[in-house]
Amino acid sequence: MPDDRRNAETFEALAIPLLAPLYNFAHWLTRNRDEAEDLVQETYVKALKGFPSFTPGTNFRAWMYRILRNTFLTSRTGLKTTVSLDDDENPVAEPAVNDDPESLLFARADQEEIGRALEQLPVAHREIILLCDVEEMSYKEIAELVGIPIGTVMSRLSRARRAMRSLLKATTQGVRQ
Amino acid sequence: MTCEWRDKIEAYLDNELSQQDDLAMSQHLRGCQDCAAATLGSRKLKISIKRAASARFVPSPELQSKIRRVTAPRSSFLPSWLTGPAFATAAVVVVLLALGPWLRPHRQDLFAEIADLHVSTLASTNPIDVVSTDRHTVKPWFEGKLPFTFALPELQNSEFHLIGGRVAYIAQSPGAQLLFGIRKHQLSLLIFQERQPFTELSRTPKDSELLAFNLETWSDGGLRYVVISDASAEDVRTLGQLLRSAKP
Repeated sequence: MPDDRRNAETFEALAIPLLAPLYNFAHWLTRNRDEAEDLVQETYVKALKGFPSFTPGTNFRAWMYRILRNTFLTSRTGLKTTVSLDDDENPVAEPAVNDDPESLLFARADQEEIGRALEQLPVAHREIILLCDVEEMSYKEIAELVGIPIGTVMSRLSRARRAMRSLLKATTQGVRQ
Repeated sequence: MTCEWRDKIEAYLDNELSQQDDLAMSQHLRGCQDCAAATLGSRKLKISIKRAASARFVPSPELQSKIRRVTAPRSSFLPSWLTGPAFATAAVVVVLLALGPWLRPHRQDLFAEIADLHVSTLASTNPIDVVSTDRHTVKPWFEGKLPFTFALPELQNSEFHLIGGRVAYIAQSPGAQLLFGIRKHQLSLLIFQERQPFTELSRTPKDSELLAFNLETWSDGGLRYVVISDASAEDVRTLGQLLRSAKP
């Protein structure tokens, strides 16, 4: 019993500070408030339940994100998106990359445009950009969390950013016309 | 434009180059205009994304308190009668008093056991023994495993879908546990023979909507039915109605 209590206290101390970033991540994934709330709740229930099997000293944050991500993928919304998670080997029509001076372009793109572009990305791309640029996880952490090799992290990330650029390019050009 | 360093820009900005490469890259950028421009663009994108996407969505106060209830050490994460708001505790006391003092421990234990069963099922990697959305597959699976039979409703015109079932034990009695899904939620339907201690469930607790789970229970044809889920009270009620109208 004292062990249980210590466990529960440790879990609380570690998990509560992650609520805001986890919720933010969940909302970006699901693009829906109710679903994000459900997802986060389910994540905490599962994590507390599974906490005895968590190895102390290892990456708790990545562990929580992994539970959230797995929960998302097995949810009904998530199941619909799994197809696009494995598309790395099978190149979809790639946006033509031209070499406009991009610095000018992003100076124009405001936060809302960036947010809209991010929402339009396939979930696998959105996810990897969030993990890298927002959560600032290392390639290694992302590789373990998503369950792909580091090389795939790099290629997926690069592809996601290219897609992001071409979406932004489309909107800013649209505005100018 | 096809400078060999070009491919390393992203890793450079993500802080993923070795110290040596990082240094070499910095030096290269001082001399190569193309790479310098591309790096600037990529850096701006990275920063803009960070600014636009972090803390863009903030958990509601309701979610925060729900999560605190889940993680608070003294209460187990199951709905606890002891740690909920004072009002919920008071409401439970009223219900229990109405049922008679001798029922108190049984009834409470029973709800806790039911909630336990539901949560452990959801948390399990193999929650169900018979996986099928077809009631004509699931129902016969229970034959010979349970000392009773039951009816399952036609769900085709509802939002619910059947996920599967398993044999469950509550208060040392075997019964059927059926898992249903609606949107992202899962609901457990428990069916047991109506006898002690299940008869004590004869009233759905009024405070149930204040707890983490919604629960509905009724008795029909010698069987006790319990629907429990974190889905909305409305969903739980709807499934209850569908089940009650099921024809054997």
